[in-house]
This record gives sequence, structure tokens and C-alpha cells, in this order.
Amino acid sequence: MKFSVVVFPGSNSDYDAFYAASRVLGEDAELVWHMDTDLKGADAVILPGGFAHGDYLRTGAIARFSPIMGAVKAFAERGGPVLGICNGFQVLLEAGLLPGAMVRNDRIKFVSRIVPVRVDQTDTPFTMACASKQVLHLPIAHGEGNYYAPPDVLEQLEAGRQVIFRYTDAACNVAPDFNPNGSLNSIAGICNRERNVVGLMPHPERASEAALGSADGRVVLASAVRWAAEGMLRHA
Amino acid sequence: MKARVYVTLKPSVFDPQGRVVADALVTLGYQDVKDVRQGKFFEVELETTDAATANLRLTEMADKLLANPVIESYRVEVLQ
Repeated sequence: MKFSVVVFPGSNSDYDAFYAASRVLGEDAELVWHMDTDLKGADAVILPGGFAHGDYLRTGAIARFSPIMGAVKAFAERGGPVLGICNGFQVLLEAGLLPGAMVRNDRIKFVSRIVPVRVDQTDTPFTMACASKQVLHLPIAHGEGNYYAPPDVLEQLEAGRQVIFRYTDAACNVAPDFNPNGSLNSIAGICNRERNVVGLMPHPERASEAALGSADGRVVLASAVRWAAEGMLRHA
Repeated sequence: MKARVYVTLKPSVFDPQGRVVADALVTLGYQDVKDVRQGKFFEVELETTDAATANLRLTEMADKLLANPVIESYRVEVLQ
């Protein structure tokens, strides 16, 4: 299958995602510049981490208007799997492809460490190869990962099983002490109602080989490969 | 024509930066500080000379880009 990784000015995990898809998983992958308007035959799209457009104004606020975003939106609407990692998640929120918004981490600090993340739902293209309630050790690196949504939206997310990843301890427990940024309900990642667009703050692509400190993240992109293999690419 | 746009976090959204500023002020001896909310302020210069047009344009810009309606509210002020 083919992964297209969007490169915004200021992206810094674009190559990490490209590497995880092409070298670790051995799939086709291509970097697509944000000024492009075509996703180069993607079966799955990744919006990578970084600081698109310098994070000026708000994280993801400018990137949302990049020319490629029209194609990303159309791809998502056709049911194509889209994964937003860290800054990519913030772009998806600003673009309205996912509900809610990010605010500054509650303790102001930029947090950069490996944290346990629990997979709460496995019926998305990026978690289908996970076990339910599987705990993945994934790196986080962000200053604005404090997920916020108004109470009614949060309720809909929970009722619709759209919270895909949560910060926990290694034993799967959710508690404020294990929440690194103050996110509501310890949310680390969500999906849209159609479940094909997924955003998460942790970096699975930076945890795709043991040499990187954890290979737990591999299963996220491997899920998309399985999704494709099982003929579930609904946009085809 | 000049105009100002004030963007602030909605009251329901926790403002970690404002909290830190408030704590710093109290540490400096301003014990009377109860809370601080930090926002953004934009000064925009427009070609138009019509206040109503300026107001309309800036409201559109704030909705589209300057503010995120999920967490922020804004106020437009056109200067004569």
C-alpha cells in the first residue's frame, strides 16, 4: 500500500513517518509538499509532527489553509484513512476534520518523554492490529497537547467511542497523575464519527524499532497496512 | 483605516499561562491579584475607509483565522 506523508514548512517528523512506513514496514511511501494539490495516489495519508508554519497564531491554524488540505479533506470525506500525529493532530483539529481544540499543557512545560498509552478502540484503520486495552509505550513531545472540547462534544465523543487512545500507567489505569498535559478525560487520541480520521499526540512513528527505545508504535501504521490488505479501503 | 481585534479564551477554558502570570504577580507582592486571563491583540490596517465594511471584513477574518471558536471569543474595534 502507499502512504503519503504531507510536509509543511516546519514539519520535523515527516521523515520519521516516511522511514517507519517505507523502511520499517517496507511499504510504498512518498513525501508530499504542502503546496501540492494531489496526494500522489495515497492509500493512507499522514500529517506528521513538527511546528507547521512555526506554530504561529495557534498550532495548526495556518497549516489548515495549505493547498494540500483541500485534497486531504476530500480524501477523508471519501473514507480514506488519515492519521494526524502530534502537530498533524493539531492541524486536523483546526481544519475541523476532528472535533475539539488544543490548549497549553496544564503545567506549562513542554513534555518530552515515553509514556504509556492505552488503546481503547480497535475498529479504526490505525488500531485494528492492536489488542483492546493494549498499552503502548510511545514518545510524546509537545507544549500544546491539552485536549479540550465543550462538554456536549466530549459527551458525544465518549458515547460514540471516538476516544481511541488515553494516557494511563503501565497497568492500564487512568488517573490525573498519569496525564502528562491536562487533557480532558486523559485523551491522547480521537477519531471522527466515520472512524477513518485519527489524531493522536504521541509519536508511534518514533517508536517503530527497538533501537529507538520502543517498537510499540509500529502497530499503528501496521494496522493501516492490514486495513488495506483486508480490502477495507472504502475510498477505492 | 485601523482596527483592533481582541481574542480571549472562553471562560470555560482553563488558561495555564494566565495562571502562571497570576502566580508570578502574587510572588512579586501583588497579593490583591485574584486571576489573570491572557489573550491576543491584533492591530490591523485596512484599505477601506468605511467603518461598517471594516467591521464586516474583520469579523470574517476573526471567524476564519484569528480566533478558534472552540476555545476563544473575540471582539472587533474599528478606529475612526
